[in-house]
Amino acid sequence: MEPNGKSKKRKSYKPILSGTKEWPVVQLSKNRKLFIEKVVNEAFNKIVKANQRKNQLREELETTLYTEQLRIRKNPWKVDPKDEKRFWNNIKNELVDLVGSENTRKKEEELLRKILVRYTEEIAGNFRKSRYRFAREIIKFGFSRLLNATRVKRFGALFRNEYTLNDKIQIVGKTKQIRKLAKIGTVVMVPTHFSNLDSILIGWIIHVLGLPAFIYGAGLNLFNIKILAYFMNSLGAYKVDRRKKNSIYLESLKTYSNLAIQEGTHSLFFPGGTRSRSGQIESSLKLGLLGTAMEAQREIFINHPNKDGKKIFIVPVTINYNFVLEAPILINEYLVSKGQERYYVESDAYSSSYNMIKFMIKFFTKGSDISVSIGKSMDLLGNYVDNKGRSIDKQGRFIDTRDYFISNGIINADKQREAEYTRRLSEIIVKEYHRINRVFASHLVAFVAFQIWRKRFDKLDLYDFLRLPEEDLFIEYEEFSTVFNKAKNLVMALKKEKKLNIAAHMKNPVEDLIKMGIENVGMYHSRRPLLMNKQKQIITKDLNTLYYYHNRMHGYDLEKHL
Amino acid sequence: MAMTSKNISKKPVGVIGAGSFGMAIANILAQNSEVLIYARDPEAIKKIAAHKVHRGQKVHVNITATGDLGYIANSCDVIFPIVPSSSFREMMQQLSPYLHPYHILIHGTKGLDINLPKGQSIDDVKTLNREQVRTMSEVIMDESVVVRVGCLAGPNLAKELAAGQPAATVVASHFNEVISEGERLLRNDLFQVYGNQDLIGIELAGVLKNIIAIASGVLSGLDYGENARGLLISRGMIEMIYLGKAMGGDIEAFIGLAGIGDLVATCSSKLSRNFTVGFRLAQGETLPEIIANMEEVAEGVNTIKIAKKIIDYHKVRAPITEALHEVLFEGLSVEKAVTLLMKYPYNVDIDFL
Repeated sequence: MEPNGKSKKRKSYKPILSGTKEWPVVQLSKNRKLFIEKVVNEAFNKIVKANQRKNQLREELETTLYTEQLRIRKNPWKVDPKDEKRFWNNIKNELVDLVGSENTRKKEEELLRKILVRYTEEIAGNFRKSRYRFAREIIKFGFSRLLNATRVKRFGALFRNEYTLNDKIQIVGKTKQIRKLAKIGTVVMVPTHFSNLDSILIGWIIHVLGLPAFIYGAGLNLFNIKILAYFMNSLGAYKVDRRKKNSIYLESLKTYSNLAIQEGTHSLFFPGGTRSRSGQIESSLKLGLLGTAMEAQREIFINHPNKDGKKIFIVPVTINYNFVLEAPILINEYLVSKGQERYYVESDAYSSSYNMIKFMIKFFTKGSDISVSIGKSMDLLGNYVDNKGRSIDKQGRFIDTRDYFISNGIINADKQREAEYTRRLSEIIVKEYHRINRVFASHLVAFVAFQIWRKRFDKLDLYDFLRLPEEDLFIEYEEFSTVFNKAKNLVMALKKEKKLNIAAHMKNPVEDLIKMGIENVGMYHSRRPLLMNKQKQIITKDLNTLYYYHNRMHGYDLEKHL
Repeated sequence: MAMTSKNISKKPVGVIGAGSFGMAIANILAQNSEVLIYARDPEAIKKIAAHKVHRGQKVHVNITATGDLGYIANSCDVIFPIVPSSSFREMMQQLSPYLHPYHILIHGTKGLDINLPKGQSIDDVKTLNREQVRTMSEVIMDESVVVRVGCLAGPNLAKELAAGQPAATVVASHFNEVISEGERLLRNDLFQVYGNQDLIGIELAGVLKNIIAIASGVLSGLDYGENARGLLISRGMIEMIYLGKAMGGDIEAFIGLAGIGDLVATCSSKLSRNFTVGFRLAQGETLPEIIANMEEVAEGVNTIKIAKKIIDYHKVRAPITEALHEVLFEGLSVEKAVTLLMKYPYNVDIDFL
């Protein structure tokens, strides 16, 4: 596979597998039919086993039918298949026929299988080598053209001989390790999630790092947008429909992910579930998909008693932006839904291909850097691993990860134990996010400005505070600079303790940082979160959006020491 | 001791620490399993090996003593560490190289550890935040690869257990398998076992009640009656809840066996070491005098020292603990402390539910 014919390609990461044929995801899609069958069978067995009591399975089917019909009526999407109504009506009729009759178990199991097949077909990705290559070329070509037109290469950019896109997107952290581990084990990448752009960005990063394509769960809503759907299908996405919360669907989804990992397919989860609405780094993660990695690892250990099974490696990744297109909408949703997130209905910033392209052009033609930090890899218990994939404890001794799944000398499945392990893992991932998060000047100016204003009005609750008229808010440069300096010193101290990371520019003089931060924070919003007026006062045009960018620094207790 | 020879499990069960509570637990475990007990003191090992009396308790025939931590770790999957909190971390550091993630550790130590940067001691810091204060389960996880951790708590006065009186304990852990393993190993006709998932809450209940036990000893030493004790127990309970919540425990833990159950037992019993400290204080002895001739550690003293700095960090209302701190370390007389407490402006009885 030679992604770029040009000679300057030399310095980039070589693909770790020589041909796409060996890519796990290619193997998976080649055997798509067989794989779906396997998923259906396994999910079927699990559900049947969990619904042994009389009428239990029937009730499960009826609940599923009910919620599905409700969804079709109340929350239909463009991407939904045309025959959906018909399918569920048929299920309904068949269920009705069963009423009153005895010995219906066999028929119920048939219906269950029917539903599972439908769900799994829908979830399963449609990866095609040719389309992957094409999509990748488009992204690369399009992006570099746009970049070349507008950007001067910066000295010292990490991959400056690679794509020009690399000038704009810095990849830092444990890149070599992830490449090594992807050869000997199965990688599960878990990035933070701030923007719809993340999916494509990460897909591209994976390619730059020379890794085979990953599969990842992408919200079905994104497939409403044709151009995104095209890219995502090509990049190995499988579909996750957050509207469907019935247990049959969830089981199909989990089994799909679990088996794909067991097959050795590198995977990507956004463990926060959805984009961070508040702008904060995820503080609690969704445990469902993470739990499938846990199960997969235990299954691998059981199925490979002679220890030749693949180990699973969790790789936390943070993505840092100066600007998140969706910020104003996200933060409003956050404020509206705080405390009642469950009733929240998703809406999107760019629901058409046109808007999406417009955004991309805007994004890639103007200079707003993105940084992607690849964290240290760990095993499923959150122990760091070395480049050979060996888990290492805090005291520097090797650990056999299998031992965590052993009870009385044998590996056994213990759901409660694994749920607890998953919860633990998610806490460790969150800590790691904060540690590898790179602070930008733009994050810090937003934080400082918001805190100064917030403290002036600390008698108001947050909502009243956010309703203050923006025209009345000023900070004198002197005051701002003093507090900013304090905050910067705190950040540097945390950096020393390895509790966070900083962008290289943070070493610049304070004056430059403030200028740069204000110029960059939310730079393309029509109402800018921060500006400096002619009197050199700091002002805001949109307090909510400022709050959003400020939240990026949440979780370090900085406000306590300002 | 009646030999109820229930299903003796294949691997022996480990106990680390041959103090009176460690011995009592070893004796209970020995009714169901072979027990390996670790003692630091060679004399104690000899005594236990001879199946004589140790710490006032007859040693069960199923108990074998050893001075080799590695041997315990290699022989046992389940280990009960029961050593004073002041030497717990050091013990874990020595044990840690032999431990694997398949081990289950259920500790029975009711004290706290502090984790400060090298070279700093508790006297160097004004306050202690949650990260600097570690419960024993956290020490286990700090120092080893073991995650399947649990604790024992409840009204378990070693002398009564040794006498074979009926009693019960709580086994707390985030893991159901740890709870059921603890139950399987400990349970017998005279010893009941309850499970609880709030590990931190249960640990804190066991730890914090020692403060109130010292106060209860003071009341008895001053010859006060049961009105005063009733007052102390209920207000003490509330103080425990405040502190416990600040440190991440749930209220529920404090109103169960490990909370109110243990509190009532320790506050009423002259058998308790912490009670004895308070009693002798009220009789006019000083803390160094008392400690000098106590056979085993009264955890409450150290707990008060740590709790005071937690109170100062979290700004929790905990007048009993603060008063005791002044008595123990700042030279306030017990009489003055009582007067001070009676003047404290309490007004609401229950405000935490």
